[in-house]
This record gives sequence, structure tokens and C-alpha cells, in this order.
Amino acid sequence: MTTAESTATKSGVKAAGGSKFTSAAASYLDERTAISGITKELGRKIFPDHWTFMLGEVAIYSLIAILLSGTFLTLFFDPTMTEVHYDGSYVPFKGVEMSAAYSSTLNISFDIRGGLLMRQVHHWAALLFVAAIGLHMLRVFFNGAFRKPRELNWVIGFVLFILAMGEGFTGYSLPDDLLSGNGLRIIDGMVKGIPLVGTWVSYLLFGGEFPGGVIVPRLYSLHILLLPAILVAALGLHLLLMVINKHTQYGGPGRTNDNVVGVPVMPNFAAKAGGFFFVVFGVIVLISTFFTINPIWNYGPYDPAPISAGTQPDWYIGFLDGALRLVPPGWEVVLWNHTYSFNILAPMIIIGIFILLVLLYPFIEIWVTGDKREHHIADRPRNAPVRTAIGAAGVSFYAVLWAAGGSDVIATHFHLTIEAVTHTLQALLILAPIIAFWITKRVCISLQKKDREVALHGYESGRMVRLPGGQYHEVHQPLDDYERWRLVDYHDYKPLMIRPGADGKIKFSQRLRAVVSRWFFEDRISPATPKELEQGGHH
Amino acid sequence: MQNRNSTAARRASGRRHPLASVALILIGLLTTGGAYALLSTTASAESSSDSSAAITEGQKLFAANCATCHGVNAAGTAEGPSLYGVGSASVDFQMGTGRMPLAFQGPQGAQKPPQFTQTQIDAVAAYIASLAPGPAVPDEKWLDGSGDAAAGLELFRINCAMCHNIAGAGGALTEGKYAPALQGVEAKYIYEAMVTGPQNMPVFSDLNLTPQDKANIISYLKFQQENASGVGGVDLGGLGPVAEGLFIWIFGLGAIVGVTIWITARPN
Amino acid sequence: MAKKDGGSAESELATKDGAVSAGTAVIAAEVFQNPGMPPHHPRATDQDPKKEKAAARRVGGLFLLSVASSIFAIVAYVIFPITPGNLSSVRLNNLFLGVGISLALLSIGIGAIYWAKNLMKDGEWTEPRHPTRGSEETRAAAAEVFKLGNEESGFGRRTLIRRSLIGALVVAPLPAVVMLRDLAPAADPVALLNKTMWAKGVRLSRDPDGTPIKASDVTIGSVFHVIPDNLGDAESRLDEKAKAAVILMRLDPQDLHVSEERKDWNYQGIVAYSKICTHVGCPVALAEQHTHHLLCPCHQSQFDISHEAKVIFGPAKRPLPQLPITVDDEGYLIAQSDFTEPVGPSFWERA
Repeated sequence: MTTAESTATKSGVKAAGGSKFTSAAASYLDERTAISGITKELGRKIFPDHWTFMLGEVAIYSLIAILLSGTFLTLFFDPTMTEVHYDGSYVPFKGVEMSAAYSSTLNISFDIRGGLLMRQVHHWAALLFVAAIGLHMLRVFFNGAFRKPRELNWVIGFVLFILAMGEGFTGYSLPDDLLSGNGLRIIDGMVKGIPLVGTWVSYLLFGGEFPGGVIVPRLYSLHILLLPAILVAALGLHLLLMVINKHTQYGGPGRTNDNVVGVPVMPNFAAKAGGFFFVVFGVIVLISTFFTINPIWNYGPYDPAPISAGTQPDWYIGFLDGALRLVPPGWEVVLWNHTYSFNILAPMIIIGIFILLVLLYPFIEIWVTGDKREHHIADRPRNAPVRTAIGAAGVSFYAVLWAAGGSDVIATHFHLTIEAVTHTLQALLILAPIIAFWITKRVCISLQKKDREVALHGYESGRMVRLPGGQYHEVHQPLDDYERWRLVDYHDYKPLMIRPGADGKIKFSQRLRAVVSRWFFEDRISPATPKELEQGGHH
Repeated sequence: MQNRNSTAARRASGRRHPLASVALILIGLLTTGGAYALLSTTASAESSSDSSAAITEGQKLFAANCATCHGVNAAGTAEGPSLYGVGSASVDFQMGTGRMPLAFQGPQGAQKPPQFTQTQIDAVAAYIASLAPGPAVPDEKWLDGSGDAAAGLELFRINCAMCHNIAGAGGALTEGKYAPALQGVEAKYIYEAMVTGPQNMPVFSDLNLTPQDKANIISYLKFQQENASGVGGVDLGGLGPVAEGLFIWIFGLGAIVGVTIWITARPN
Repeated sequence: MAKKDGGSAESELATKDGAVSAGTAVIAAEVFQNPGMPPHHPRATDQDPKKEKAAARRVGGLFLLSVASSIFAIVAYVIFPITPGNLSSVRLNNLFLGVGISLALLSIGIGAIYWAKNLMKDGEWTEPRHPTRGSEETRAAAAEVFKLGNEESGFGRRTLIRRSLIGALVVAPLPAVVMLRDLAPAADPVALLNKTMWAKGVRLSRDPDGTPIKASDVTIGSVFHVIPDNLGDAESRLDEKAKAAVILMRLDPQDLHVSEERKDWNYQGIVAYSKICTHVGCPVALAEQHTHHLLCPCHQSQFDISHEAKVIFGPAKRPLPQLPITVDDEGYLIAQSDFTEPVGPSFWERA
């Protein structure tokens, strides 16, 4: 605007000059891009305004911080494993033989102004990126925001989550320090455990024997080229589908399945979202200013013989490492002259199934309910008790594996034995999801009952009144229509009744669906109805 | 020596006497002590130069505070190992860091505020050193951090980091034992721990790591704690990725979720 | 209170023509009606021009603070240079640069959000939603496109062309797969995994300086981290070290439980074991003096050295391979041979 104004003043045009320039520029652009159509369509598009809807934004903004800081790092990083003698300013490594990758990472940290800051920004932002994706996925799950028409976007989001972990792991391996080298060693061991092809895959991946001299440049090209390209493309698709589907919204007065209530992109949402980008970036830089992450100078160059206590992956790979730790002894067999490493395969298979269930959940639920309608109102978690309970079970399963990834730290900090921690977590891996499921379902149903109670009888006002007969009675404050609507606006499902088909037979898939449907919906609380309210809520 | 014979007899019968491990520790310490007697002239020189007054004082303190477990003659009981040949370094380490006397029998004696003055500890050390030769309290010249930190880093990585963590943050061992954190531990105690191998720590005799090697390790640790640990800001205890992951979830994402709530809250 | 059989559900089978199935959803006949948007309450800045002005000043102030912070960051970059070898200078550079940049970013962000919250037009806007699917006409037109494409090309009709094209497309990527072969040199990985640098007569030497170890150096309770004496000659030192790393301990010979075929593999209680975990290959380097346990810090596998490194805890299955050792004429520890089995993690062809 200021530029426009100064231009206008110079050319001697009066007050309207500024908008004249803008309109000329807009016209120039539109005549070459037809951008007016897009602006008209999207410029005043309405976005619902709720804090839980901003978690995905956190992920995007961290990604931008990652791309910016990462670009800076590529200007100085040497992704090769050529042996060099360190000649930088960190005294204990003077003259030490190390890979060019490690040496250049030290240079970024100690010889480039702002280099350490950018490294820390890159790494902290990466941790935040995956964490924000995780929280965003949980939000979408517990809101049922993956239901039609958003199942495919759930799949794309899931792919983004996997890509983010892949980016994280490849990045973790690049500095070629002791920690990243030992991480790669574990990957090598796991790959070798794959039947039939493992030995060869490891051999090809490392360009010979472990560690070889090519893994860093190979991971580098994945890390800065292939994976980011796929990630950004998938993200574009994710956002495009979000625009096409429009955002879900929470139920409430005036909000229906057929409208979107919120603020327009121009200007309110744009200002908030744009401002939020700077806040997220600012928080990342602030953390990077005051908190060290991955002090690679402590670890030293990779060497296959030493190791540090507390050798762990970054948090998002922790659940995989934890799964490896929880395998009981002896899960390896030799059959027909070949080695089957079930101590590696079992965790891979179990986590594979878990991840597949996460990916497929929207399709499972739609199969159970048979509900092919579009859903744009986000469920309150309590109003889908079994889904919420399944989510809680999944979260606790993941949490146990995650805790197992830090079992040694748990042991030392709580003065426990590592054996007891491991055995407890082994038991919890099976028990915790069951307990979490049961408790969560019960809590949801109680909350639903409470909602019904309140919708029909009003709030407990805390005011006691003595009736003429001498009894005491607490006055209930009735709800207004807006308050009540929040409590009664939801849909529920009933278990599927199976009916024989035209040929008088019941298919197996129908039977199965009926069983699952009963498990999902046998305990359900229907929303209160006006009739019940009229009858004074007696039931 | 009687212990040793009885152990041999037990082994022949195929069962382990509870005293067996104590006896083995004794044998181990005797062997180490023997090596010291042969190789470390400083050790024997120092132990002979201790004044007899200190030894008498030390004996009294020992009888009152240590003899319950270690035996009246420091020959060991079922509760505690023999102290023949452990040397003054061991006494100085165990009592100086408060590990001895033990608070309770557990997987491992924990560090706590020392219960004796340095003079008292020196007296007990002199008494124990007078019983049999063993590693002495190290000379000041190995402890001042003037060694080669670069060499120390390499040795620390190979010999120490697997248990004590690369940043000296400590780590878990089996059955509830742990390698303690090295951050803030006095150089003297680090040296003494290396030569005596307290609890389940291996012994790093002068034949494995020379006194200069040990001085280098101490110099590196000093360098790391004073110069390298806070370069990029607070180091979160040096615990590595677990601490970093918890931090980003609780404080990083926590702060940002707080901001989202502020953004979407309607001003009054 | 829970209704076991509520309302009239639309069965999936009984879908009315055109309408989308609601599955087993309960569609009650009588429900509460949406009361519509609640009344709007104006903000303080809408009612009080003073407050509005104050808010505008605050936003402007924040943006100006951002400018100042950015300039501060540039100044910090210049006046806190890095002095080679001085880590405090790195610390200060990181600190002041970071403070400047983060303050600059946060001020812009907080300013913009504050602006949006307090000064931009307040209220809630409503926009209708339409079904995601295209209208019936659009869908018909799209179907027509495919129909025409098929008719005009003959894709469905000309089976030879169609099938041969699909075949060609399936085969075309195969050369790309084959080309991955040269990711690694032409050798047999299995043969490489089966041998290390250890051989008869190779001295055991200290990691990292390579000085040989005398049997008399290894006192009871000691642990040595060992590499082969000739590691320096290796073409790819790290690859060889990754297989040849060994941990050396001395136990009281009475403590060692040695099987018949391995009775000559130790030297007076000195035993050497591969340091590479048989689970996924981390260095199993955490040695306990009295329990004789070795612990892997990655996945907590534990090995008992007094019982030929058998697994006593954790996910590993196989004991650590033992290196048969003895001494040479000068009293230095030497290997009797290579390991008798592959070291490190299991692999398919190992058995």
C-alpha cells in the first residue's frame, strides 16, 4: 500500500491514486491469469474458527520453517563420507579423521554465524512438525472428521504422516555422528532380518558392507529431493481436497450439515492464519535460541565400536524402537536352513497391522454403519462412544510402545529395574488398550447420560428450596434453546438387523457386519426429544 | 585366604555359597592390589608414609562405622566385601561421595551427602591402606584438567560413554543398577572410580588407561561441562532424544496450542 | 434410559430411489429444531472508540517492535562474531541472533492476530454447503466424455491394442529395477558377512590407539575394548571395524563356565567376545564387573559372560560369538583364528 501511495503522490494523482494502481495491477494480472475467478470463489470463503482446527496449520507452518532452515543448511552441508581431517574451531576434534558430512555439520554449528541456530530450528521444527501432524490426526479421528466425503483426505494425511517420519529419519542420519550411525546400524540389522531379500537389500542400500561410504549421500538425495517433492505434492492435494470438501464445523445453534459458519478468508482468516504462521515460526526460533537439540559435537564421528547410553531415535521413531525392545527372548528360529528373525519380524508385522488399521479405519466405520451420507458436523467424542474408545485404545497402544522406546530413561529416573520396566510394558501393551477402551466407553456414555439429564431438566442451580410439605428441593435452571441444542444435536446408530437376501440366505459378510455393528452400537444413548421435554423429562 | 579355600570346596560340590561372590571380589581386589604393589611405586610410598596416628584414628572410625558389614579386621562378611587391597582411593571415593556407609542394602549404593569430614575419611583411608597395598588417592597433577581433551574425548567414547552416556548424563544397567551421571562430579572421584572400579564398574587399571589417559578423560569432561554443554542453550540434562521429544510435546506444542486457544477466543 | 430400539432407521436395502443410504442411523420422527444463530454481542473495541484507538496503537507498536528486533538481529550478527576456538562466542551469537529473529517473528504474528481479533469486522458469516458430487448434468457430461473417448479410440473394442499396451507399460519399468543392481559392488554379501579381519596370530590391540595388549595387562575386573592389530591396513577401516570390534574381560577362571569344545578359547580367564549385538548390531559394551553381564544400550539384550555370553534378557536370541584367543611368544594376546560363526545380526542365509 505504501509503495502504491508513494507512486501515486509522485505522479500527482490525488487520493484515489492508490486504488487506481492496485486496480491496474490486478487488471494486468487477471488479463494474464484469470485470477479474478479464483479470488471471487475463494476470497470470501468461510472458515470455521476453532482452536482444534488450527493443528494442521501448525504442521504446515513447521514445514515452512523446515524448508527455509533446511535450504540454509544445504548451502554449507557436504553430504559425502569422504574421510577428512577436521580443521574447524572445535578444539577436541582438531586433526581427527571424520567424514566430510560430520565435519561440515560441525562447521555449520561452530564456524558459521547463525548456523547453529538454523540447525536447531531445522531439528526442533521437525520434531514439532511430526507432533503437530499426530495431534491433528487425533483431532480428526475423535471428531469423526474422516467420514464421507473426507475418507480420501484421511488417506492422504496418513501418507503425509509416513513421509514426515521418513524425512525425519533420513535427516537424523545425515550428520554421520555416533548417534545417527548407531541408528543406521539398527536399520541395517532390521533390514537383514527380512526373509529372503534382507541381506541383499542391506548390501545394496549401503553400497556394500555396513557402514560403507555411500549411505549419507544416498539418504541426502531422498531427504532433500525425492521425499520433500512427494510430501509437498501430497500436501497440495490435502489442502485442495480440504477446500473442495470445505472444513468441518462443530455443531451449535445456526450450524447445520448444509452450511459453514465462520469467518471469511479475506481478511479475517488470512490475518489470523498469516499471523499464526509467524507465531509458530517465532516459537520455533525461540526454542532453538534457548534449548540445545542434538549436540552432535558430544557424540563424535561415527565409529562402529563405541556407543552412548540413551541411544534413542527421535520421538516419532521411538515407538518402532520400543516395539523392538519389548520382544521376549528367543524369538528367532532356524527352519530349513534359513534364519527367521521373529524378534525383528514380529514388531514389524504388529506395527504394520496397527498402521494399516489407522489407514483403513474410515472405511471400516462406513462399512459398519452403512451410512453413505456426507457428514460435515464434527462429532463430539462422547457422542460416538465406541469410536472414541477405539481411539483411546490405539493411543494407549502407541503410548506403551513409545514409553518402551525410553524404558532405560524411565528405569533410571524412577529408580526401577530395566527388567521390571520391560516386563510391565510387555503386559501393558496388551492390557492398556483393553482398559483404555473400557474406561473411555463408560466415560462417554456417562457424559451422554449427563447431557440428556441437563437437556431435559436444566442445570443444577445449587439453590435449595423448602417445599410446603417440608421437603427440600434443588432448583434446576432450565436451558435456553441455544444451550439445549448443543446437547441434543447428534445422530446415533443402532445395531444392524440382518435380513435374509432375495434367496433367503444370509451372507457371511452380513453376519460379520452384524456382529461388529452390535459391538459398536449396542450401548447407546439417544438424544433427548421435544416430547420427552414436554413430559417433564419423565421416562 | 580361608575364604578362598572354602569357596573352592563349595564349587567342587556344585553349589554356590553366599560368601562366594564376596570371596571372588576379595580375590579380584587382591589381584588388582598385587599389580599395584608391583607397578605403582607411588601407592606403596604413600601408604608407608602415612602417620601412625592417622591409622589409629582411622581404625577407631572403621570399627565404629564400617566393621558391621566389612568385619572388624576389614576382611569382609556376608554383608560387605573385604577391603584388603582396595587402597585409599577406594575409601576416599566411597566415603567422600557419601556412598558409604550404605543407607540400605540395594542393587547399588547411591551418592548422598558425605557423613564424615575429609580428615576422618583420610584417616580411614590411611588405615585401609595400611592393611594391604592398593591404589592411592591420585596426585593433584592428574586432576587439574590440563590434559589433552581431544585424546580424552576418544577414550571417553570408547571406554565410558556406553554406560555414563556421551554427555555424562548416566544410564541404566541391569537389575536396577545404573551408571551415575558424571556432571558436576569432582575430578578426584572420577579418577578414583576408574582405578578402583566401584560396585559393578570395571577397573581401568594403569595398564589399561595410563594416569595420563585418565587425566585426559578428566580434562575432556571438564571441557565438555564448562564449554560445550550450553553452546546451543539449555541442554535438557544431556539425555538425548527422549528429553527432546518430551520437551517438544509438552512445552513446544503446549505453547502453540495455548496460542491457538487465544487466537480463536472471542475478545469481550 | 438407553433406547435399545429407537426410531425408524432407514435400512440400507430399503433406500428410496436416488437418496443416499443412511445405513443404520437412527432417524427420529420428532427432534429438536435448530434455533438458528444466537444473538451477536459487540466487542469492547466496537463500542468504545478509545479502546479501538488503543488497540490500533498496540498493533502498530508490535509491528514497529518487529522492525526493531530484525535490526537488532542484524546488529547481533555483526557485533557477536564467532571467534575460532571460543565456544562462548558461538553461544552468544546463537543467543542474540535467536532472540532478535524470534522477537521479530512473534511481533508480526501477535500483531496480525490482535488486529484480526479486535479491529477487523466482527461476526459470524454463513455460507451454504453443497453436496461434493457434481450435479447430475455434469456427471452425465463426464460419462459422455469417457464414452466418446472409448468409441473414438476403440480402446474397449480393439483388444489387441489394449492388451499389448498394458503389457508394454508393465514391462517398461523393469529396466529401472534392474539398474539398481550396481548400487553395490559385484560381490557376494553372504561371503563378506562370514569373515572378519581376525585370523590366526592377529594381535588384540586397544581401541582406538591400536597398541597391543599383554595378557598380564588384563587384571581381573578389567574391560578392554579391542580391535585387530592390523585394522589400520584395512581398505575400508569402518566396515572392518563394524565386524571385528571385540570386548575383552578377565574373570576368575573358576567363574567361567566353559563348554568342552571351547576350553582352549580363553587364556587364564581372559575371554574375548564380539561386541556386535546379535539382535540388530549395536555395540554391546556395557560390562558389569561382578555380575559379568553385558548389556546392550539399544534394546537391553543382556549376555552372561561367565556362561559363554548366553542371552539372559532382551530380544536377542544368539550368544555373542566368542573369539578364540591365546598368547604369543612375547606375551601379547593373539587370536587363534577368525570367529567360528558370522558376527552381528541374523540374516536369512546365516543358518
